Amino acid sequence: MSGRPYGILAEFGGPSELLHAAEQLRGRRYSAMEVYTPYPMEEIEDIIPAKNSLPAMVFAGGLVGAITAWTMQTYIAIWDFPINVGGRPLYSWPSFIVILFELTVLFAAITAFAGCLSLASLPRPHHPVFNVDRFKAATQDGFFLCVEARDPLFDARRTREAIEELDPAGVWELQE
Amino acid sequence: MPAGDVQDLQSRSQRRPDAGAAPALIAPGQTFRSITDQICGFILTRKSPLLWWAALAFGMLLSLNLLTVVTLILYRGVGLYGIQIPVAWGFAITNFVWWIGIGHAGTLISAFLLLMNQGWRNSINRFAEAMTIFAVMCAGMFPIMHLGRPWIFYWLIPYPNTMTVQPQFRSPLVWDIFAVSTYFTVSLLFWYLGMIPDLATLRDKAKSRWAQRFYGIACWGWRGASRHWRLHETASLLLAGLATPLVLSVHTVVSFDFTISILPGWHSTIFPPYFVAGAIFSGFAMVLVLAIPIRSVYHLDNLLTERHLNNCAKLMLATGLIVAYTYALEPFTSWYSGDTFEMFMVHNRATGPYAWAFWGVIACNVAIPQLLWRRSFRVRPKRLFFVSIVILYGMWLERYMIIVTALHRDFLPSSWANFVATVTDNALLYGSIGLFVLLFALFVRFLPMISMYEVRELLPFPSPAGGSKK
Repeated sequence: MSGRPYGILAEFGGPSELLHAAEQLRGRRYSAMEVYTPYPMEEIEDIIPAKNSLPAMVFAGGLVGAITAWTMQTYIAIWDFPINVGGRPLYSWPSFIVILFELTVLFAAITAFAGCLSLASLPRPHHPVFNVDRFKAATQDGFFLCVEARDPLFDARRTREAIEELDPAGVWELQE
Repeated sequence: MPAGDVQDLQSRSQRRPDAGAAPALIAPGQTFRSITDQICGFILTRKSPLLWWAALAFGMLLSLNLLTVVTLILYRGVGLYGIQIPVAWGFAITNFVWWIGIGHAGTLISAFLLLMNQGWRNSINRFAEAMTIFAVMCAGMFPIMHLGRPWIFYWLIPYPNTMTVQPQFRSPLVWDIFAVSTYFTVSLLFWYLGMIPDLATLRDKAKSRWAQRFYGIACWGWRGASRHWRLHETASLLLAGLATPLVLSVHTVVSFDFTISILPGWHSTIFPPYFVAGAIFSGFAMVLVLAIPIRSVYHLDNLLTERHLNNCAKLMLATGLIVAYTYALEPFTSWYSGDTFEMFMVHNRATGPYAWAFWGVIACNVAIPQLLWRRSFRVRPKRLFFVSIVILYGMWLERYMIIVTALHRDFLPSSWANFVATVTDNALLYGSIGLFVLLFALFVRFLPMISMYEVRELLPFPSPAGGSKK
């Protein structure tokens, strides 16, 4: 721990309390916030918006798969290892469709998996929030909110007061 | 946002998806904590039940048998099988088609029902997906063990080599390699991605250092941030969207192995939908064969309710009727074709040396599943278990019938011959069942067999007394 503040973490009693708190802090113009919940809460997307470039990545991955499959089959069937089957055309594209489909799906799926983890900056086994023992509840039944120190409005004392007004179940100051 | 919107958000968060249907899906009185404790308990604290040890021992014994048989086949060759010309495909391909079909229900539950927003799938999708992966592992072994020289199976994959030869992309056998390996990879990624949040729960619940490290590494440092959840949800939906056409394509490609030939009984356009329906039919039977004992041994009636059994049974009945329809259509198309060989094949299938297989298929896949029209056979576990076992056997027999009856009477009567399974054939089949049971037993012991975060989505959070206040 370098002693630099990372942010202020607070626990709330349930999903609606958490949403209410996030909404209030958003109203106070805090922008660098993150919530930690035991299941995906779609409602939070309205309060903490973020752009999601995963679908575009997956589309690109699928496209690369399709191009790879077509190029590979065409090159092998026409130039690398041409087989004359009763004088039928070497470029017999209908029989290439199956592998084209399979590789499109394969490349897109691998992109979806790798893209999800890399955009989420995972793996990251150590993180300031893990220093709070109570944070173990975030993967079970705890609802947490963290105002991060990179927020321009962040001030250790005033932010803490703002959070404490919202009736949290616990408040912790996090250090990097 | 004005205060009214906050109110609206709060009420929306109270109205969890399927909150109205929750009592039927999940027994009343469940909380986030009780669900988490229950499912983590199987892995972290509770001693394993006797049936688990029995399954492990059974699986290990038969897997040892599998190792022995595989070693023998690698050493002595495929002459140990009962195959001979004209029946060049025997048990190995039957088992391959059977196992890969079983996998299909898992993907259907995890991907297709997710896209259809069917909340009831949430408590069965994890182990159904595990079933898919283990079934595909068993399936993948058979085509390789059916090759004359299994150790060079990788020649089917295109790669630059000093022999300057390449695979033939017009062959369905090469398509099969791509279809099955893609299916396995995508199922594995989907299964693992879905498990990451639950592995994080296990990391946080674990007491022993070893378990904390194992699950901590396996969950990649998941912390449940909204940014993570958003990506996770997007990736899950995209993978589901990719897996749904994939699952239809896999058995279609498997059926191409048959239809691209010119053999009567194989060369038919009905095969792709026929195979896919049969695959889902047998897959749901396997889901139930696994779910019913697990439900009673691990006391999961609160999460695997009557409604789950009922829904699976209904899907089984529906796909079974599609299969029955194709059974009826096959004789019609061969009669309508006017082709002598086609008509002989249908006649010979029902009355020839393998008539027992044909009538067995009709009994197991058409007659007995009609019991499912009665509600008691859909919701009473023992009865449903019985019907599912019968269907699993019937679907294996169906593939045996398709392969052997089409091959044993080919165009030249002088080459006609019958197929008789050898000890090796049987040992390989039972060995694969043992491997499946072993893998499944290990899965139940070490990984969360029910998706905890998806079950939480079905639960209303009893705020603020939900137990999270200190």
